[in-house]
Amino acid sequence: MVKEIERVGIPVVHMCTITPISLTVGANRIIPTIAIPHPLGNPTLTAEDEYALRYKLVDAAIKAFSVEVDKQTVFEF
Amino acid sequence: MAFRVVHYINQFFANVGGEEMAHIPAELREGKVGPGMAFETAWKGEAVIVNTIVCGDSYFAEHEKEAKEQVVAWVKEINPDMFIAGPAFNAGRYGYACANIALEVKQQLGIPVLTGMYEENPGADYKDKILITPTANSAAGMRKAAPTMAALALKLMKGEKLGASCEDGYMPNGIRVNFFEKERGAKRAVKMLLNKINGKPFVTEFPMPNFDRVEPGKAIPDMSKVVLGLATSGGIVSKGNPDRIEASNASHYGEYDIEGWDALTSEGWETAHGGYDPVYANEDPNRVMPIDVLRQMEREGKIGKLHRYFYSTVGNGTAVASSRKFAEEYAQKMLQAGVQACIMTST
Repeated sequence: MVKEIERVGIPVVHMCTITPISLTVGANRIIPTIAIPHPLGNPTLTAEDEYALRYKLVDAAIKAFSVEVDKQTVFEF
Repeated sequence: MAFRVVHYINQFFANVGGEEMAHIPAELREGKVGPGMAFETAWKGEAVIVNTIVCGDSYFAEHEKEAKEQVVAWVKEINPDMFIAGPAFNAGRYGYACANIALEVKQQLGIPVLTGMYEENPGADYKDKILITPTANSAAGMRKAAPTMAALALKLMKGEKLGASCEDGYMPNGIRVNFFEKERGAKRAVKMLLNKINGKPFVTEFPMPNFDRVEPGKAIPDMSKVVLGLATSGGIVSKGNPDRIEASNASHYGEYDIEGWDALTSEGWETAHGGYDPVYANEDPNRVMPIDVLRQMEREGKIGKLHRYFYSTVGNGTAVASSRKFAEEYAQKMLQAGVQACIMTST
């Protein structure tokens, strides 16, 4: 799905936990996330800390759009 | 003396449980478990499964290093003639685990390894590193896969020379093996052509390599004016799943209006996905589709605004062709709505 969106000219950031699969399917900007059933959360944290974690992850995704990449890139942060 | 085999399977094929047990760490069992039976039947006593390693798919994906170390340590101690993983059919995480653990055992211990899966399984990417028998996309294909894998495994254990991929039943791995066809080339080509003209199935002898890659989109230096689109394969849908998106092998996607939603709530939203434990996503759907923090970023001016709709389907055993079709369609909708960037989340 990421490829089809990017193909029409809309840049995509893929947020997922199993980054090797994301590389296989052809995502170009990849943000590694927390876990399969809760990529953008962590139920063991308090609500505030979990929200902060999610904010940080999505913020990294927003920043990834501003980075020029010429090949598939997994962003570490 | 029979050859000794160690077999790796996931929690589902060990009958431990489905998704709710996918977190279990690797455990070592004596003898055969589940699908190992079909291999032993085909071996007729020439080889036996001495131990089966059972490991949860999520555990492997999330603790890959520990899982590999543990499995390799066990296999080293057991010192078998061969290591077999799966088959995984179209289960993505299982296929990924099978391919990775087989490669690790091969590299660390130098014994023959074999796995099996559907050709679209992400794990099949490893076909040029390890031998992978192509299978059907569901466990119903076990009856056909077991004899092929068993015969290939026996050949490897006996140290016999491998035939071509089409003879011995593994995915082409880029290594050419010469053999004599029963019919000459001209005859085969004409047969193929006639089948094609008549709309009958035919198998090419020279498949084109598949490099479907899309150039990365241009960077967006200033996100503060951008309309951001959202999509997910994590199955987040309006409560009650009004579009009836299937829990696996989805046949369609849904379009969901988030106007007026400051965050996704458990009262209004849930996941339709049948391939991961839904408890966390149902409790707080923002864990998969982060509307809450994106609304804050909208207010802070970090992004221009969110597109009014997000697009969602269930990426669980869903065919690549279906996913392509869904996204082709909603990418056009996004374009028409002026979406300039898109975040896709996956579970």
